[in-house]
Amino acid sequence: MTINISERSSQTNVALTWLFRNHIWLFLGLAIVFFSLASPYFLTVNNISNVLTQGAFIGILAVGMTLVMIDGEIDLSVGAILALSTALAIGLQDQIGVWPAVLAGLLSGAALGFLNGAITAYSGIHSFIVTLGALIGIRGLVFIYTGEDALMVQDFSYTEYAEIYLGPVSVTALTFFILALFFQWVLSSTRHGRETFAIGDNIEAAHDAGINIKRHKIINFTICGTMAAVAGILLSMRLGTAEPNAGKIWELWTIIAVVLGGTRLTGGFGSMWKTIGGVITLAVLRNGLRLMNTPNYVELMVMGAVLILALLLDRLLSSQTEA
Amino acid sequence: MTNQTPILIVNEVTKTFPGVVALDKVSFDIRPGEVHALVGENGAGKSTLMKVLAGLYKADAGEIIYKGEPVEITSPLDARHQGILLIHQELSLSPELSVAENIFLGAWPTNRFGVLRKLRLNKDAQAALTALGADFGPSVRLGSLSIAKQQMVEIARAKAFEANVVIFDEPTASLTDTEKDLLFATIRDLRDRGVGIVYISHKMDEIFDLTDRITVLRDGQVQGTVQTDETDVGQITQMMIGRELETFFHRAKSTLGSEVLRVERLTNTRHFRDVSFSVRQGEVLGLYGLVGAGRSELVETIFGVRTMDAGEIFWQGQPTGRLTPRKATDLGMALVPESRKEQGLVLGLGGRANISLPHPDMFSRATVMNVAAEMRVFDTYKKRLDIKTTGPEQALSDLSGGNQQKFVLAKWLCADPKLIILDEPTRGIDIGSKSAIHQLIAGLAENGLAVIVISSEMPEVLGVSHRILTMSEGQLVEEFSGDEMTEKNLIEAVSHRADGRRASA
Repeated sequence: MTINISERSSQTNVALTWLFRNHIWLFLGLAIVFFSLASPYFLTVNNISNVLTQGAFIGILAVGMTLVMIDGEIDLSVGAILALSTALAIGLQDQIGVWPAVLAGLLSGAALGFLNGAITAYSGIHSFIVTLGALIGIRGLVFIYTGEDALMVQDFSYTEYAEIYLGPVSVTALTFFILALFFQWVLSSTRHGRETFAIGDNIEAAHDAGINIKRHKIINFTICGTMAAVAGILLSMRLGTAEPNAGKIWELWTIIAVVLGGTRLTGGFGSMWKTIGGVITLAVLRNGLRLMNTPNYVELMVMGAVLILALLLDRLLSSQTEA
Repeated sequence: MTNQTPILIVNEVTKTFPGVVALDKVSFDIRPGEVHALVGENGAGKSTLMKVLAGLYKADAGEIIYKGEPVEITSPLDARHQGILLIHQELSLSPELSVAENIFLGAWPTNRFGVLRKLRLNKDAQAALTALGADFGPSVRLGSLSIAKQQMVEIARAKAFEANVVIFDEPTASLTDTEKDLLFATIRDLRDRGVGIVYISHKMDEIFDLTDRITVLRDGQVQGTVQTDETDVGQITQMMIGRELETFFHRAKSTLGSEVLRVERLTNTRHFRDVSFSVRQGEVLGLYGLVGAGRSELVETIFGVRTMDAGEIFWQGQPTGRLTPRKATDLGMALVPESRKEQGLVLGLGGRANISLPHPDMFSRATVMNVAAEMRVFDTYKKRLDIKTTGPEQALSDLSGGNQQKFVLAKWLCADPKLIILDEPTRGIDIGSKSAIHQLIAGLAENGLAVIVISSEMPEVLGVSHRILTMSEGQLVEEFSGDEMTEKNLIEAVSHRADGRRASA
């Protein structure tokens, strides 16, 4: 009898510990229940499909950001890289054709990510500063390239790719989920992924164990830049234009989504599952508030409050489990 | 059983840092199947030597001969693959990774595509853990284990990498006697399998218990290597410090005054239950128990850092109610915590700023700091505690552990407390500073302070206390004073209960 009780309580403990470490899903559940009750339009297939598509752009950026953040670094330049790849993918189509232009956009993201990583790893300057510089510099580059005007796609069949749907799931949302799942597998099952945790968790221990910290960081920044370019290409397909201001302050939404999910800014702890949760929660909040006709500035205030509340909850729960 | 051909020879190794010669033509050797102690005061060069062997530093001159051939050790991983493993004082592990991942950190088995072979990883780790007699599995998250178990994970690396030389740097710093026995059994087991072991420690009883030879370092130079069974503590100490210490411990010769603190049936449901005791002016009360017995939690609860769930605290006969650290300080209590880096000091700041930190009212008017007053107090305690520092602004991170600990004491003593609680006051510091701190404890009691000393080092508790409380698994077991204060009594008191629990679990 006593054994039964202790077994059950240990199961409850395991469940609670899981919840403490994955509180984002609780948050998402509450948000969905709230908006379902508040708006009849919220819980419809059409709207959910929209939420996922809108969230997916930030989501793809967040996939790369999660890797960089588990390493204990940050990348502020993802919005600017997204804008550059959008501009190149559309602007180069006349000269070199559609797919080579897309490839050029992707490569620009990979190259800039590599540069961010290499400068951070070899100079020892904090990535916050390095990528802040990149954010400003790359955005300037975008303005020079576009001549401060939006570039328009000439062949409008290019925008049809964005209209491919698998049931209610758009190609953009699908790309996000596939990338998130793939990189979750990378994080949990490959040497690179697990060593990323080791570096963010205890960099001294990782160094002493002979792990090549610079290489791992460069790889993760390169992936992060590439993800930004992927999001940029998808955005160019969806809009058919390349705005020089595309993706402005998206780096902040991305960081918010990742942190909301529970991945730690200090590194060593996180997962793509958390990031998926954070991204969808963020998208649900934005969508739900708009359905309720909330003015834009109120929306921003609510989002800010939610972020801080989520982090307070995280603090509270982790101190509970560790005490 | 000792093979006379050394497996590792360090030959005239020199290492300099800007302004300091850390190692000056150091030579020594390690034989397979021996435990070789490396002793010296903090700053003598032990850690530097170990880091050279482990591939963390590169020697400026001299050579390392391993298995009969000169070798270059380029990185910690290289050292590990060659069979040289350093077990750090501060554990070099990642709490968020699994036990198995930590054991093989940096050398995980993968397939051609970089995918981890988790089954193989866990199987190999399980083999190493089983060989050590560990009671936890390879897939557990490391951060969920106790410090002693985490250390076993580090030692499992020695098994896993089939190390020929294992270097232990202060391995017992955070272990209690039972855990220490287990560690020593493991070390002897490694030795019997022909592993050469270097054992760095400040604790003489451990060194004489465990080692075959002792090499003494002082100021970066080897003072000599001796057979353990042909020497004694006095000789080693003299080699270490270049002078003879008269006594190691100083018990205060004080007259006991009135009661300062009394606690009754104090309970913190997570950590301890029904603890009652009192301490008087001029008395040094020892609190002995295994790590995890609830000693630190008990004093932290008295001081108001943790919440009390039941019981009462009386200060000079008056009930205090629930205390906060601020209230406790105002009453005249001082708590010198166990981990000075995390709880006691701001290492980036100098001595002046650290001393005044907890006493803003004493050293400021309308939030403006009174630097002159800070300087006066700094000078007083620098002299009184014989602190070695270049000046009031030298960052404490540049000082040795012993001198850091003296600043922790200065910080609390300058407020003139009536009761001072010292949690592991000499942990990880060298023997010269230790002796100074023991003298200081005696001096405080003789001046009428009540002192509570928590220590895992039995000779220390026995040496400084007038009365000793033993604690086990959150309860007071027995109280000893006078002739009853013997090693045997203390061990029996704290281990009895621990065994009792194991039987019923």
